[in-house]
Amino acid sequence: MSLKLPDGKAGRFLLTAAPWLFFLALIVLWELVCQVFSLPEYVLPAPSAIVDAFFNVEFSRWMTHLWATLRVALMGFVVSILVAIPIAIAMMRSELLSRTLYPLLVVIQSTPVVAVAPLIIVLMGSDDPSRVLITCLLTFFPLVVSTATGINETPAELIELSRSLDAPTRRETWQIRIPYAIPHIFSGLRVAITLAIIGAVVAEFVAAEEGLGYFIQFSTSFFRIPQAFAGLFFLAVVSLLLFKSVQWAQQIFFPWSLPRK
Amino acid sequence: MTESATNRSFVQLAGVGHRYDPNPDIPPAITGINLDIRRHEFVAVVGPSGCGKSTLLRMIAGLLKPSEGSVSVFGKEVDGPRDDVGIVFQKPTLLPWLTVRKNVLFPLKHKYGRYGREDEKRADELLAMAGLETFANKMPDELSGGMQQRVGIVRALLLNPDILLMDEPFSALDAMTREQIGFDLLKIWQENPKTVLFITHSISEAVLLADRVLVMSKRPGTVLEMVSVDLPRPRTTHTISNPHFGKLTERLRKHIYEPEVA
Repeated sequence: MSLKLPDGKAGRFLLTAAPWLFFLALIVLWELVCQVFSLPEYVLPAPSAIVDAFFNVEFSRWMTHLWATLRVALMGFVVSILVAIPIAIAMMRSELLSRTLYPLLVVIQSTPVVAVAPLIIVLMGSDDPSRVLITCLLTFFPLVVSTATGINETPAELIELSRSLDAPTRRETWQIRIPYAIPHIFSGLRVAITLAIIGAVVAEFVAAEEGLGYFIQFSTSFFRIPQAFAGLFFLAVVSLLLFKSVQWAQQIFFPWSLPRK
Repeated sequence: MTESATNRSFVQLAGVGHRYDPNPDIPPAITGINLDIRRHEFVAVVGPSGCGKSTLLRMIAGLLKPSEGSVSVFGKEVDGPRDDVGIVFQKPTLLPWLTVRKNVLFPLKHKYGRYGREDEKRADELLAMAGLETFANKMPDELSGGMQQRVGIVRALLLNPDILLMDEPFSALDAMTREQIGFDLLKIWQENPKTVLFITHSISEAVLLADRVLVMSKRPGTVLEMVSVDLPRPRTTHTISNPHFGKLTERLRKHIYEPEVA
């Protein structure tokens, strides 16, 4: 037996509205649980308390913290793109380089960045460069892998077409392989952008005076739990918007790379 | 001019063999192939899977070097990719980020980095010939499989090659589209005469389209027989009901299913 959607407009409306309604129901349930059992705020603050806490913090303070986190995350994201994509292309071109670098990349990827972060801060100081580095360490591996996968999945026939035309390798890379990798690169970018936020927050946990990660940690240590939750939700919304921005960028600049509806 | 060229042999394979694996215990993909194709002749190649049909095609394109014998085109030995060859693959392999017109122009863009107004005009003419003029600005995924493959053929014709190499070009299409596109190919071929090497799994398709059909054995691929198709042109749906068509396909079928008879 399967649940059947109502036909026509109502069915379509339900399909779009379902996740929102579910989300709303969860929040209502959460509020009810907190009210009915009168849970103390430091155990689980009610959504209403979190909203209050959010508006109790000045807007300019939110913006300062947001900018601090966003700055590091975006710088790390961009640097990561600038490093990962050329590395992937170089590895695709040279088997020797690929064999030499790949183990190192795996080692870096397998090392918990959270554990390395304090060392990086000690070595490089607690300024932007070390935070950007921490972010990069998290983001660049998925980017290298997705780009390399995309480049290698170029249909063999197109490579033969290129060879039969006796075209320079440079054009084979730019006119065939890289465009073919675009859908893969974007799936890497979607993963990387959320990891960039995580990287920035990890760096703030280790040493920082501002940023949303710092704000959450600081609020928790003063037992301002609703405020910590407000920071957490703010962070989640920012992360979600960045993720969506990557999708929008793909829709705007590379509409062909998305499956046709 | 060398002897082979004066003999009107355009593409010549002399004792050609190819092995992918240097290990002598593993049989070569193809061996001892002798083949002469005249200019503007349409030759179809049939044979069981894995008999080295595609290997043959790639050696004529200069994408593979024969490990024995030699391949020559117009009396000149093939020693690398050649630009007087157009290739059509099993899948259309169009570039999904380019419009149909730009896909057709891609060989020029790829080889020389640019193309001019004249080239765009030629692309449009070729598209019109294939009945695709209204689709020039569409993206490939807006086209049906048959139309995509037509674009693939048009792309192969852009540089006006002497030789058209087709590697099972219609095998991904449904039967009806397949027959139609076969007749379209014949029409294109009659308007722009080319030397065609057409690989296929379909015996009736081979007989319907070709001047001669080369039957290959299973691995290691050799020439079992060369059958001349003396059916009148232009070939139409009536050709299929011609009793001689049936005889030819039957003769070829025997080779495929009872190779020991050969």
